[in-house]
Amino acid sequence: MLALIPQLTIGLADLAAAFLFLFGLQRMSSPATASSGIFVAGLGMVAAVLASFLYVFSVEAAARPHLGINIVLALVALALGGGAAWWSGKRVAMTAMPQMVALYNGMGGGAAGAIAAVELLGGKAHGATALLVTLLGALIGAVSLSGSLIAWAKLDGAIKKPLRIKGQQAINAAAMAATLAIGGCVLFAALTGSPLLLATSTWIYIFFGCALVFGILMTLPIGGADMPVVISIYNALTGLAVGLEGFVLQNPALMIAGMVVGAAGLLLTLLMAKAMNRSVANVVFTNFGDAPKQAQSAIAGSLRPVEASDAGIAMRYAAKVIIVPGYGLAAAQAQQKLYEFVKLLQAAGVLVKFAIHPVAGRMPGQMDVLLAEAGVPYDMIFQLDDINADFATTDVALVIGANDVVNPAARTDKASPIYGMPILNVDQARQVYVVKRGEGTGYAGIQNALFYGDNCNMVYGDAQAVLTKMIEAVRGLGAAAAA
Amino acid sequence: MSLDLGMTGFVALYVFMLAGFAGWVIIGHVPAILHTPLMSGSNFVHGIVVVGGLFVLLNASTTQQQIIGFAAVLLGAGNAAGGFAVTTRMLAMFKASDVQPKPARAPTHARVHHLKTH
Repeated sequence: MLALIPQLTIGLADLAAAFLFLFGLQRMSSPATASSGIFVAGLGMVAAVLASFLYVFSVEAAARPHLGINIVLALVALALGGGAAWWSGKRVAMTAMPQMVALYNGMGGGAAGAIAAVELLGGKAHGATALLVTLLGALIGAVSLSGSLIAWAKLDGAIKKPLRIKGQQAINAAAMAATLAIGGCVLFAALTGSPLLLATSTWIYIFFGCALVFGILMTLPIGGADMPVVISIYNALTGLAVGLEGFVLQNPALMIAGMVVGAAGLLLTLLMAKAMNRSVANVVFTNFGDAPKQAQSAIAGSLRPVEASDAGIAMRYAAKVIIVPGYGLAAAQAQQKLYEFVKLLQAAGVLVKFAIHPVAGRMPGQMDVLLAEAGVPYDMIFQLDDINADFATTDVALVIGANDVVNPAARTDKASPIYGMPILNVDQARQVYVVKRGEGTGYAGIQNALFYGDNCNMVYGDAQAVLTKMIEAVRGLGAAAAA
Repeated sequence: MSLDLGMTGFVALYVFMLAGFAGWVIIGHVPAILHTPLMSGSNFVHGIVVVGGLFVLLNASTTQQQIIGFAAVLLGAGNAAGGFAVTTRMLAMFKASDVQPKPARAPTHARVHHLKTH
């Protein structure tokens, strides 16, 4: 009877963990309760990890002589992996969050793949169903590992340009087919006990190798601005891999947690793709920049630059200002300066709101985090659907480092490659200022009709420098008034 | 004597189905403003894979299994700890504007006043 206690404890701890994960994620539906949500989920994790050491009471006979070493190895791995990730997680800059999340995600995929590897190499998975699920989890986990690492390298700037070669899609398809075929060989060999040509373990190694290569090939051609979709996909895939390995290990906590994350990742993937007006398949399998350039409707008019100080003063005397920050703001590290300027406007009685496009930044919601870091209260930040009607009654819209997501061609020009993409209706504001480094085009490589509108002026320069001038101009007014 | 806690076939599929559905509904209620912490938070949740890694490592009977099991625990622990660290950091930054004297209303008068003085 005593032998049952460890098993029961593990079962109860895992059950509690699964509940706390769901409860914690549910608490994340409001900024006010979200902090407690992640704490609750953390408690679940600690309980599950501590309880899993009770496995020592029920290890397989073959493992018993190694138990002492295995426990030491487990403690060292926990301390090393957990410690290093904790240390880096506490230090990483908020702008570098997308690559950090990609990295942690890849680690999860790798862990799922490693579990599958032990099950396969050790011949621990029995029966067609268990083998098939193990192989599937192994494939998805390995693809998620190598794909996430490539995504990390891209986001971190280690890989500068999307790597595109001729016939890439055919190569990717071939790599995928080869991986599946080798998986079939492993399955056949494990089921019949008669290996084909090579030893089963060799096939397993080749299988993992192919899956890793496929993950690399699949991610290399994808461009920087498509990263919100890519990160979401890999998050979903890792969740799926964890869920599948949970089934193999007969651990419902892993199954539930993995599948919840899989669903979450899928939902975010679809949201991001919708915000780009592209299908998920389009993001993954076609290269945006390579699409044949259609003849766009020509844009009449010219770009009219103004001084930053003039734009700043105009906003000071406006009643209502909406600011549209894009990735360019984060790239210039100008969030703090922007909020300093906003506080000046607020002190002068201007109503200021921030409008965020869903794909602003390199992962879903990154711009919201960067504004929060700069101290902007979350009730000043509005999402596309909630604020788009406001532009028509706005005196000044200030666009900083955003381009395609404010291009009215998405609404009006059927020939435009971004036609149909949901955009922020900045052009409907009475006056628009666009802060930009130069006259270049955005990610889609197309001219922006907004910039040529009668109500639009360009403020050229680095976002930091431009905002500094705006702040000085508004401060100067205050000083003049006081004198 | 052992306890049969295993699940097979359709029971597993039901668990997958219900968990996926729960995830979809719960995540669907998270506002877009929290999508980054949500993603790193769900990233943290699949760090539960470390438990699977521990099971495999503790049951390892060959050097090969010990090495791969060690990697599984190492990576899984990194996933969980890192995901938790960045999520708590991000969520701590989200503040309401209560901390400041109401910016939207009161200063409107100041602006009118200011225009008058001009």
